[in-house]
Amino acid sequence: MALRPPQSHEILRPARPGFIALTLAAALFANLLPWTGAALLIKPDFLAVILLYWCVREPRKIGFAVAWLLGLTMDIGNATLFGQHALAYTLLAYAGVTLHRRVERFTIAQQTLQVVPMLLLVQVATLLVRMAAGADFPGLLYFSGSLTGAALWPLLSTLLPLPQRPKASPDQPAI
Amino acid sequence: MEHSPPPFFKTGPTPLARLLIFSALSFMLLAADARFGYLAPLRQFVSIVVYPFQRIAAAPADILRRIGEFFVTHSSLREENARLLQEMLANSASLLQLKALQAENRHLRELLAARSRITPEARPAEVLYAARDPFSRKVIIDQGARNEVKAGQAVADARGVVGQVTRVYPWLAEVTLLTDKGHAVPVQNLRSGLRGVLFGVGHDGTLELRFMPLSADVQPGDQLVTSGIDGTYPPGLPVAEVTTVERDAALMFARIHARPLSGVASHTHVLVLSWQRDVPELPAEPAPQPKRRKGKKG
Repeated sequence: MALRPPQSHEILRPARPGFIALTLAAALFANLLPWTGAALLIKPDFLAVILLYWCVREPRKIGFAVAWLLGLTMDIGNATLFGQHALAYTLLAYAGVTLHRRVERFTIAQQTLQVVPMLLLVQVATLLVRMAAGADFPGLLYFSGSLTGAALWPLLSTLLPLPQRPKASPDQPAI
Repeated sequence: MEHSPPPFFKTGPTPLARLLIFSALSFMLLAADARFGYLAPLRQFVSIVVYPFQRIAAAPADILRRIGEFFVTHSSLREENARLLQEMLANSASLLQLKALQAENRHLRELLAARSRITPEARPAEVLYAARDPFSRKVIIDQGARNEVKAGQAVADARGVVGQVTRVYPWLAEVTLLTDKGHAVPVQNLRSGLRGVLFGVGHDGTLELRFMPLSADVQPGDQLVTSGIDGTYPPGLPVAEVTTVERDAALMFARIHARPLSGVASHTHVLVLSWQRDVPELPAEPAPQPKRRKGKKG
């Protein structure tokens, strides 16, 4: 199996719900790793990136309810204000679900550029909620998380569709 | 039923409607949590669901640390052992004195009929991880409601105060550190006895002693200890050391910065102190004036 992003003409099988759940759980796990200091500021929000990926690829399966519930789990795990991540992920799901047709038409590099503002939306929503609750502005480095998150997009677009590739039929030469 | 569209076209509410529904739900949660604090039971329930994730996620760092501990060299262990022995010898002399002084103090307090000082009970806990929230300074420790940890208990390490338990889950507890922006400790200057309140400013290594008049007797190098007047922190625990004092006549208050003494950002083991402040009994209700009673009854 060639390790390359799927071409636009390639028809993928629908993703299995179990696989989607597995990737989301892995992303939640990555977010719950004990990050501290500068790594905490720079690290991408893995869950937001994976969630956005599935909102774009499978908007009929992953949408608002899943995003909201995952946001709540993040709020508990991070000991933050209840509803902060839930609100941010809801906005992300909205952006992903409404724009999924547009995003899918672009090449991977162009998609990455489309992803940056969506991830920034998550961070700005979180920032506004926290500043309304009385927190300080944590510095411009805070926004670097969206850029590193978007940098993950090409990798995800290559790896995550692999299980959905149709099996090569025996009477057709492999591409 | 015949007039409803076939299930192929059923997509439920539009994305905008869903966005509004879920945003409204989030805002309700935010308001309920931030303003009214209604959501403690829900937090407890979801925390049980997330707990295994948290434990597993904290494991790799833990394992790495343990591997690092295993490969300590012989010489460094010997060095540490020698250093500890020396420290112990140095401390034991003052410890002996302390025992005598404590006894003397108790005796004197008895003579004065003053309330005796209570030594807080300490429960060791391990820091699992720092909360991954760039806006606040919090850590999660591995002791929770199951271990009788309560919100409001003080947390200290070997060198001084670390923070305060602010939220308790069944197996975990959340400790707000001294350096958190919303955290304040009532302190006392060990040299001059001056009381004040020490605030966190939101980044590591700095605390601010606010609302001290320009003429306040505070100097760089002063030790600040908890004063105990809040009923949360036991009195006499070291908190911070004053680093800079700026007295600008244009301002109302002196600008005083301090450095926390405990390893606020680095500790892995802490002590949760349970301390019951023995508030004096409320004075008995003043006896009603008998004359009036009599007058009313009669």
